[in-house]
Amino acid sequence: MPATATEPTTHLLDASGIVKTYGAVQALRGASLSVLPGEVHALLGANGAGKSTLVKILTGAVRPDSGEIVVQGQPRTVHSPAEARRAGLVSVYQEPALIPDLDVLSNLRLTDTPIEAFLAWVAKLGIDDLDLYEMAHDLPLATLRILDLARALAYEPNVLLLDEMTAALPADLAEKVLEVVGAQRESGRSVIFISHRLLEIGALCDRATVLRDGETVGVVDMEAGAEDRIVELMLGASNEEERSIHHRVVRAAAPTPADDTGSTVGATTDAAGPPRLRIRDLSAGTRLKGVSFDLYPGEVLGLVALEGQGQDELFGILSGARKPTQGQLEVDGHEAHFGHPADAIAAGLVYVPGDRAEALLMQRSVRENIALPSSARPRRWGPIRMSAEKSSVDAAIDKLQIDTRAQGEVRRLSGGNQQKVTIARWIAEGVDTLLCFDPTRGIDIRTKRQIYHLLRELADAGTAVLLYTSELEEVQLACDRAVVIFNGQVVAEMDAAVADEPTLMRAAYGLESTNGGEAGVGVLRAGGSR
Amino acid sequence: MNAAARATGQLGGSSIGSTVARFLRRNAWVLALWALLGALVVFTITIQPRWGAPQLTILAIAALPYAFAAAAQTTAVLVGGIDLSVAAMMTFTSVCAAVLMEGQSEEFGIVAVALVLLLGLGLGMVNGLSIVLTRVPDIVVTLAFFFIWEGAALMVLDAPGGSSARWLRDLIIGPVGGFVVPAEIGDWLPKSLLLLVFSLGIVWIPLKRSRLGLSIYAVGSDQLAAFRSGIAVDRTRVAAYALTGLFSAMGGLILTMNTGLGTPIQGPYLLASVAAVVLGGVSLAGGKGGLVGPIVAVFILRLVRQDLTLMSIDPNVAQVTEGAIMVAVVLVGALVALRSRRS
Repeated sequence: MPATATEPTTHLLDASGIVKTYGAVQALRGASLSVLPGEVHALLGANGAGKSTLVKILTGAVRPDSGEIVVQGQPRTVHSPAEARRAGLVSVYQEPALIPDLDVLSNLRLTDTPIEAFLAWVAKLGIDDLDLYEMAHDLPLATLRILDLARALAYEPNVLLLDEMTAALPADLAEKVLEVVGAQRESGRSVIFISHRLLEIGALCDRATVLRDGETVGVVDMEAGAEDRIVELMLGASNEEERSIHHRVVRAAAPTPADDTGSTVGATTDAAGPPRLRIRDLSAGTRLKGVSFDLYPGEVLGLVALEGQGQDELFGILSGARKPTQGQLEVDGHEAHFGHPADAIAAGLVYVPGDRAEALLMQRSVRENIALPSSARPRRWGPIRMSAEKSSVDAAIDKLQIDTRAQGEVRRLSGGNQQKVTIARWIAEGVDTLLCFDPTRGIDIRTKRQIYHLLRELADAGTAVLLYTSELEEVQLACDRAVVIFNGQVVAEMDAAVADEPTLMRAAYGLESTNGGEAGVGVLRAGGSR
Repeated sequence: MNAAARATGQLGGSSIGSTVARFLRRNAWVLALWALLGALVVFTITIQPRWGAPQLTILAIAALPYAFAAAAQTTAVLVGGIDLSVAAMMTFTSVCAAVLMEGQSEEFGIVAVALVLLLGLGLGMVNGLSIVLTRVPDIVVTLAFFFIWEGAALMVLDAPGGSSARWLRDLIIGPVGGFVVPAEIGDWLPKSLLLLVFSLGIVWIPLKRSRLGLSIYAVGSDQLAAFRSGIAVDRTRVAAYALTGLFSAMGGLILTMNTGLGTPIQGPYLLASVAAVVLGGVSLAGGKGGLVGPIVAVFILRLVRQDLTLMSIDPNVAQVTEGAIMVAVVLVGALVALRSRRS
């Protein structure tokens, strides 16, 4: 183990021996975190390792059972975010913290934010058309995240805590954020950076604290090869085989060799038969402007697009939640018009939303959530057969290795496990077409890997999977083909084998591929088809 | 805030046109309510050509307790709660006022008013504290206090009684006349309307500009986000309920002023206050809406009632008609809002 930094006095923030118990669950049992002045410090851990609890304690949202928090040499008890702010510790949470029904200016007044400084940061973060009188709920998610960050920066905090700051951001804004965060160092300020994107952390951070099972298991200096070390720490020495899988995920470079299902990621041939979905010239709203592509049974098709290129509208149409203004959708050769999500489900199209809260009944049990789609099939009435339900639910839970310690309400599960439940509920009954909207956002590598496995398994069983992803590396990890949408139209279609991050990135920005001669890469004109 | 104004001037092209457009968009519901009220007045004059200043005065006096009940309910709903004890607090404060003033001098009326307003604040604070400390849902706690304040009112006064200072009673009777405003307007303008605007305005306008006002909206809109913004959520909720109590006490005083008595039986103000809040464009989920909408809604509902009486419609049918109108207005409003969001 690398030596934990032990300089006694120079820490900006020093939390040690933090313990927190929720009922029977020990969320933290001796976590510690020390931040030096002028460093970007990553806080890492798999889902359920206790990261979010530690964050809540540092920001005053939750009180620890025991432990000490020292800020600039002074022991502090932090009881509320307002107090944390006075102590020089400001956080940007995963969910936007602006009040939705107030305009931006009122939000700033509410929190006594220095407005000139705020505006300067907003400009620096790459948003130049902000209207302060806009209601927060009318702004897109990415903008809200940036405003949250700008507001936090405007307080000139000594320690800035960023929780999955880049997760919901398009690549261009994310880059700006990383730049600004890196620059905090120069003024002797520190940043605690929480992210699931190891590459980002490697590029940005100076040191990393790794949590596992509620304990700090190591502090790593970020240098070449540190990623491997971090993964090792995050996983512990529990399972050799599993660890090798994670290494593969992290290294993500080449298509992985066959795993236990026998299929090879990225090498499934173009299916010969008729497509499951045939999408032609689909338009809706102001963003989706005539998208055409096919989705075949037995394949995982990756869909790549920057924020707001029409993918939300596309998934809305496919899931029956909204109607297209133009274009056609054929399911198994028959033209389909969905007036309601029930129609889409009846046609075998199943939608897994990116926002888990949209899909799950948070206050009901895991079991009920999984059983719901089958027992409550649209337009099916009558009693539920409990024994059949139990066996199919158990099979689904088993397949996904959902941690069911929290047998009770779904909302008590960790984010990764919740996401697994959203998928599991459809598997129990079998599914023809699965539409996943960024299913791995903000969850740990291990759960991601399980989800890739699952999608692959479904595809092998004949399911057609459409996977929208905001993480470009997922295309090669999970998909057979990729379609890139830019400005509401398909601009590129390629084999996953050649869909490396730079290629996808260029396409997603609407740039023509410079090495268009490369096998398998086809940059299409708008409206073109296979 | 000077810096803010300057800064926003640079940003986002806030021309006069877009500012007006935004104002219209944000206040569409309230403006529509004003239009509806105007149409109702025209309709009233059509069916009853002699409708004039005396009828307006009657309308305003009749609407007064409802308006204060609506203001009280609005405050509770804005912070994301609901207060089922509004009418009970009005009753309790009303009998307290009547008992305090019985056999006392005219001057003591001022003391009584102050004491009763303080009492209202206190009652509301008890509501709020009970909700915050027990973490029992608002609707349950205030339902309990519905019975408690009602019982307390009966303990103070078990039959209609007490009295009111004369100057207080005069405060709401008749038109303003030549006082403050030109006589042409003053002969039309009922005193009670002036009193309503004054007593709500003196609380609401400074509140809306204060941090507490913003906090009430913030907590109602999104409690978690408000907490994370550093707002003392519990304190804000208690303060909002205290304001609900204050407005209820104003309504209670009106009841005493109106009849010269304290009556320990609740009027129909609770459900009417919820109706006005809904019709007034305040979101029952909290955080959205204002005070003007519900007040205008009160006058709409009262005027509808007056019209139905003028048309000598069977009171039972009138009741049904009132409900139907309310549903229709809310429905049409929701449809229009939906349409404009879609396009």
